[in-house]
Amino acid sequence: MLLRVEALSKVFKRYIPSSVEISGCIDVSFDVEEGEFLGILGPSGSGKSTILKCIYRTYLPTSGNILYNSKLYGIVNIAKAPEQVILRLRLSEISYVSQFLKVIPRVSTLNLVANALLSRRKVPEVEAIKKAKDILERLGVPSKLFDAFPSTFSGGEQQKVNIAMAVVWKPRLLLLDEPTASLDMHSANQVLDLLKELKQQGTTMIGVFHDIELMKLIADRTYKVNGGYRDGFHN
Amino acid sequence: MLQKPILEVKGLTKIFGRGCSQCKIYTGPDRETNICPTCKSIVACSDISFELFRGEVLGIIGESGSGKSTILKLLNFEIDPTEGEMYVNTPDLEGKNLFLLNSFQKRKIRNSFIGMVYQYPYMGLRMNISVGGNIAERLLISNYKNFSYIRKKALDLLKKTEIPTERIDDLPINFSGGMQQRVQIAKALANAPLVLFLDEVTTGLDLSVQAKILDLIKNIQAEYGLSIIVVSHDIGVIRLLTTRAIVMKYGKIVEAGLTDQILEDPQHPYTQLLVSSQL
Repeated sequence: MLLRVEALSKVFKRYIPSSVEISGCIDVSFDVEEGEFLGILGPSGSGKSTILKCIYRTYLPTSGNILYNSKLYGIVNIAKAPEQVILRLRLSEISYVSQFLKVIPRVSTLNLVANALLSRRKVPEVEAIKKAKDILERLGVPSKLFDAFPSTFSGGEQQKVNIAMAVVWKPRLLLLDEPTASLDMHSANQVLDLLKELKQQGTTMIGVFHDIELMKLIADRTYKVNGGYRDGFHN
Repeated sequence: MLQKPILEVKGLTKIFGRGCSQCKIYTGPDRETNICPTCKSIVACSDISFELFRGEVLGIIGESGSGKSTILKLLNFEIDPTEGEMYVNTPDLEGKNLFLLNSFQKRKIRNSFIGMVYQYPYMGLRMNISVGGNIAERLLISNYKNFSYIRKKALDLLKKTEIPTERIDDLPINFSGGMQQRVQIAKALANAPLVLFLDEVTTGLDLSVQAKILDLIKNIQAEYGLSIIVVSHDIGVIRLLTTRAIVMKYGKIVEAGLTDQILEDPQHPYTQLLVSSQL
């Protein structure tokens, strides 16, 4: 077992503009084995992304446990671990591909991808740049964009940069939030091929996909988020 | 297994005024004031505890008057705390509450461990002494005596902070705001500090200059693996520079966590207001 999610719930208490409780996900439990690809299925708003963000600790879980069997520390409960531990895991084991590109501004595409590797693994700069180029090329990002800032890119191109940054350092656990959402069929297949290759090299993945057919091409198992539990807004 | 913090602060409190037993109880975010209703003292910060790790950039965010800058002034020994402890993790100082050291020892720590960059350049620079002189001053108090070394080191720092080296003999008073900020950063880095404190360093600069200063800080941090505390009321600055952050209101910490978590899943009503107030 690489990851065990136990009775995970996330309720957002919002005070602005008025007091409201929004349930993100309720009572989610699943195991993920090492080297496995777990797909998460469910209608829009059923809390799929919430689960991923809790595992990355961008969201603080309200209750439940997220037990991750780390190389660095052994079993860590991500739901409660010290921030320092989470930061170390993010730098050495766990990567996250968000739905939208969020990167440091004013850094070129190539440097963003190379830095993702350089900040995490001990590799010479020349090698990091080469690897970054390879991955961007494999994803079909035109080389004339390498020196440009991705904030000016199309949605699909941004998504590719996002994936390149997460994949280039070969994380142990990769969380994918709609990695093919803004891509055409050809590009989506390029991404899937890259992910399959990474999976073969041992990376465990949890992915939320918009397109079930695409997900079937890579997922070993799927977990259905039961939208029925979702109560929506209540005061 | 877990590394020790390079800097640790415990129960730091600063009360301006005579203070009384109720100061801390009747002030803070729940009371929506930092003025003690009983003795009218101002509780600038109360019971502040946090850790700073090696190579980490920690943000302190909050509105004007929340006590952010007071914390930096306390850590830089510019003012004395009412209560509190500060520790640094170096062989000779481990386990010693730095606030209890004598003023000579404090000055030594300030000169060799700490770099400070203020919002207003005149606070960190001598405006009528050349840029080179400003940097040399910092090196001299850190016991560098060789003139040609000092000159070379100053030139290196100017290059590092992207200041034209031919301006080494110019007075900071004749520099633009953004350039003065660079000189401050160069000066703060002169003694190769263990920790760097940045107090609203981009406030009041125009956007493109702000961006350049922030990029400079980012590059320097990565290159030297510096531990930095960034005080800012600007969420953009905190998002760009920090991995962990503390949110303050009326002198107290209302929330602390990973920066992305604070921005995407803020817990405290004030943090939610702050995040939703971003332009």
